[in-house]
Amino acid sequence: MTFKRIVSGLVIAGVVGGGAFLWLTQPQRLPADVWTAVNAPDLANGERMYHAGGCASCHAAPGAPDDQKNVLAGGLALKSDFGTFHAPNISPDETAGIGQWTLAEFGDAMKQGTGRDGEHLYPSFPYASYAHMTVQDIADLYGYLKTLPASANVAPGHDLPFPFNVRLVLGGWKWLYLDDGPRVELASADDSVKRGQYLVEGPGHCGECHTPRDILGGLKTDQWLAGGPNPEGEGRVPDITPREGGFGSWSAGDIASYLETGFTPDFDSVGGSMVAVQKNMAALSKEDRDAIAAYLKAIPAR
Amino acid sequence: MKFRTLAAAAMIAAFGAGVVVAADEPQVVRQEMMKKVGGAMGALAGIAKGEKPFDADVVKASLTTMDEVAKAFPDQFPPGSETGAETEAGPKIWEDAAGFKAESDKFAASIEAVLASPPADQAAVGPALGSLGASCKSCHEVYRVKK
Ligand code: HEC
Ligand code: HEC
Ligand code: HEC
Repeated sequence: MTFKRIVSGLVIAGVVGGGAFLWLTQPQRLPADVWTAVNAPDLANGERMYHAGGCASCHAAPGAPDDQKNVLAGGLALKSDFGTFHAPNISPDETAGIGQWTLAEFGDAMKQGTGRDGEHLYPSFPYASYAHMTVQDIADLYGYLKTLPASANVAPGHDLPFPFNVRLVLGGWKWLYLDDGPRVELASADDSVKRGQYLVEGPGHCGECHTPRDILGGLKTDQWLAGGPNPEGEGRVPDITPREGGFGSWSAGDIASYLETGFTPDFDSVGGSMVAVQKNMAALSKEDRDAIAAYLKAIPAR
Repeated sequence: MKFRTLAAAAMIAAFGAGVVVAADEPQVVRQEMMKKVGGAMGALAGIAKGEKPFDADVVKASLTTMDEVAKAFPDQFPPGSETGAETEAGPKIWEDAAGFKAESDKFAASIEAVLASPPADQAAVGPALGSLGASCKSCHEVYRVKK
């Protein structure tokens, strides 16, 4: 009797608690006036954000040659511990792509991980980093994406086992990990370091690969940019904090030169998934690459 | 006394032999080859950046070194050398042997194209470096895995 009562008590608590949790973690949208307050898009800056953000690395068709990388047709398979994701079509096509999305809908995807139908998006889309971007940079990027070629390709759905195929569970993940505050506190950072912080922590999403993750797939922010096993499979992603006897031996000039040319100080060449990132970095301005280098010299060694 | 000296000599010889055997391992051979390529690229980059004076002999020698490596490199991946000696060779080298050979051939072809009309002054070294560097990246992107 008492046992039954305890169990039903627990069930009720569970339902009420779970309901409260789901309410607490429901997909969020930013107030509409955030997006109406922006200036007309600066397309050159939008293109810069497009390179810094590496959208083509995931959203171009798999194996697309360099001259087709701007067709964001989707379809690339992204393997993870939680199953296989397929990057969607984000070209300006009206039905297969995001041609009909408003700036507010696009912005909520980038900053809140909320999809057009108000669903949670998977963090394999690195919005936990893009959330750090300014509203104006997102508006400029939105304007630039509209200038790219449309593709009618319909990308396959994700291939995820239960419970990861239930988008509702992502609310808890976001509640734990979606945070647009700085990843590291840098006392007395000059303008260049601050710009570097913005580019690395925001659009560049460097931490998504270079920071180790916990078992729920959240970034271990106390190990910011400390490197770890490659979540996509083979090998390791290197530590890029200024650790003595390691990456600390690279000068700011060495780092900026690597981002521009792809060569390390001892003339090893960039490889793996960093090749696409480096090609994007080469498309940024020298000031931006120098800023990233200055930030990587300023963060704590791990 | 005598015996101890002999024993020491024997041990040194054995140790030396051990080192020689290790240096023959394909993993080590191919890493040394790539280090040479890195060194050659460094020499060219020094000229391109104006840190070193232009020297046609240095340019020629660097390109020749790379050419030799590019031709012999794909033979340094026999079965059994997938792991060990801190190799950073990626599994795709064995999964897609034809693709890897094609990548090596492309590298050799790009070097020979430069060798056919080597850069004649400092200004010409930079563009040559760019065309060679593209092969390093495209092979390392797929067939080399940082550990
Ligand atoms: C690491 C890979 C990756 C990168 C880089 C990336 N995305 Fe995505 N993106 C994804 C995946 C995977 C999804 C699907 C998420 C889901 O279904 O919840 C997605 C979804 C989206 C969506 C929602 C599309 C829809 O149909 O629901 C938009 C919009 C988007 N990405 C825009 C961008 C932009 C803009 C950039 C560059 C600034 C970018 N993405 C960079 C992987 C990526
Ligand atoms: C898609 C995953 C990914 C992203 C995003 C990424 N990196 Fe990397 N990075 C790597 C991998 C993998 C390597 C190892 C490269 C290799 O195999 O040569 C690497 C190497 C590096 C290195 C060379 C370190 C060394 O010791 O050789 C630097 C510097 C670097 N990344 C900086 C950055 C910066 C800055 C960003 C953001 C703008 C960034 N990375 C974003 C995966 C990534
Ligand atoms: C055909 C493929 C291929 C090409 C082209 C190539 N590499 Fe490599 N490289 C590799 C592989 C595979 C390894 C890892 C070898 C190992 O660890 O067993 C490697 C390793 C290296 C290393 C590290 C050597 C060590 O162990 O210290 C350097 C440096 C290097 N490459 C430089 C270059 C440069 C510079 C170029 C272009 C001029 C280049 N590579 C072109 C495949 C290639």
